Amino acid sequence: MSTAAIVMMVVAMVVIWGGLGLAIASLLRHGAVEDRTEDRRRDP
Amino acid sequence: MGTTAGRATGEPDAERRRGAFSSRRVFILAAIGSAVGLGNIWRFPYVAYENGGGAFVLPYLVALLTAGIPFLLLDYAIGHRHRGSAPLSFARLRRGTEGLGWWQVGICFLIAVYYAAVIAWALRYTFFSLDGAWGADPEGFFFGEFLQAGDVQVTTDVVPGVLVPLVLVWLAVLAIMVLGVQRGIGATSLVFIPVLVLAFAALVVQALLLPGAATGLDALFTPDWSALTSAPVWAAAFGQIFFSLSIGFGIMITYASYVGRREDMIGSGLVVGFSNSGFELLAGIGVFAALGFMAQASGVPVGEVASDGIGLAFIAFPAIISEAPAGALLGVLFFGSLVIAGITSLVSVIEVVISAVRDKLDTSRRTATLVVGVPAAVLSLVLFSTTSGIYVLDVVDHFVNQYGILVVALVSMLVVVWVLRALAGLGEHLNVHGRPRVGAGWRVLTSFVAPVGLAVVLVLALRDDLAAPYEDYPGWLLLVFGWLLVVALPVVGFLLARLPWRAGTHLDGPPPGSDPAAPLQAIPTTDPPAGNPPVTGHDEGGTR
Repeated sequence: MSTAAIVMMVVAMVVIWGGLGLAIASLLRHGAVEDRTEDRRRDP
Repeated sequence: MGTTAGRATGEPDAERRRGAFSSRRVFILAAIGSAVGLGNIWRFPYVAYENGGGAFVLPYLVALLTAGIPFLLLDYAIGHRHRGSAPLSFARLRRGTEGLGWWQVGICFLIAVYYAAVIAWALRYTFFSLDGAWGADPEGFFFGEFLQAGDVQVTTDVVPGVLVPLVLVWLAVLAIMVLGVQRGIGATSLVFIPVLVLAFAALVVQALLLPGAATGLDALFTPDWSALTSAPVWAAAFGQIFFSLSIGFGIMITYASYVGRREDMIGSGLVVGFSNSGFELLAGIGVFAALGFMAQASGVPVGEVASDGIGLAFIAFPAIISEAPAGALLGVLFFGSLVIAGITSLVSVIEVVISAVRDKLDTSRRTATLVVGVPAAVLSLVLFSTTSGIYVLDVVDHFVNQYGILVVALVSMLVVVWVLRALAGLGEHLNVHGRPRVGAGWRVLTSFVAPVGLAVVLVLALRDDLAAPYEDYPGWLLLVFGWLLVVALPVVGFLLARLPWRAGTHLDGPPPGSDPAAPLQAIPTTDPPAGNPPVTGHDEGGTR
């Protein structure tokens, strides 16, 4: 493979799969905050 | 304050009867199952290769972030806020726009009819892979022995080899639909999506170990930077993102209506959008590694063996399977992945129709599944299990995609954004529990970038089809199964919108208790009563 092809493949992997990882992490983190908030609302 | 059709509303009960996904995870897997379909596997790799290779990554990402995900969030907001199928959600946005929802339903019905046929082919090829049934001539086998395709005409000569797997596909899909939102669609997604990812990952590993794989990857990822100045390349990127995300024709509206009111739809949308693209990238690597092997084995450039769609799946891949070490395994993984990806997408397409029928007529899920599924299955069998099935399928697929989905998505978006001016309210709805919040940027992208992107894709497609007959098919075939069909869809849609809603249906505005910021005890949740198993409590079953 040419250097340019390797670089573009890595860039695509990092951006797309990295973006997926960040999206999942953000959702999990926010979901946990929401759960704690709802716990307080249910049990003031 | 909205109005109701008929007697006083029993909306919470109605919503409970509609069914719901038991959790955000199930919804996300179902949405990924819908988005990841045949196009991810057999369309994306070739589109990327043809439009700049590695350089295509840039317009692709721009399209994903500026049009794909914003449009996906718009669909989510409409369905999640208005808690209904596409027609009901549009009716609740404004009564006069209900026809847009039925237009989307009509498109989904047509897609279901032909999509099942391709899954049936893939199912048959999964078994053909075991003994390389196509021999030394995959193309001749596919069109001749398998499809028995003759002249371009419409016939009723049934091909048993297609009929039997097609019947099996419909039986499996209708069984899933009868089981309901959680026990059918949700449970299927929970099993199928992990299996799909594992199977395709195994395929990619096997393909990467083939001699010549690096040549294929080199062809796919070597950037042609000059492509970035080409309008058709950017249109291809927007088209790929748009077609592969299942946006703009009712699926995501319907699925979002089954999600709990307090779920984060923005975060979920980001996960779905990137998952879809992540799978496309995986497919690109696997497919081009295999094509590189084929090119090296044949002593030709990758460009001579690269193709997309039916040509890639049923002609190029069988040739690869015949040549590759452990080719049978490669074949089972490839065609098995097509079957799984196809079924989870087909289920989502049919659910749009079933959900609309249930909302409109207040029927049980079992009745609605029969009312929708039996005619769809019969039509599918009559049209696509015959010797002329391949031609009709090709034409319907082309026109429904280019002028059905594209036009209805564009019109729906323009109506919601510019006529109803509903974007601010929808954004506020998403922001109640969604992170990161959407704001002016999302509104600009949804108001300008996404519609312009879609319009350019549409204009370029129209230019090509007006310049020359699609695939040189006879004019009557293109007229009957192409132009007339796509023109009839909105007409039928707005006629269906004239039918009355079931008594008690809340219209003109979000249903009571739909505000996700309302106190928990005031929300008529779809959650099951305490003590009930979540699965049964979230499902509507077929008892009504």
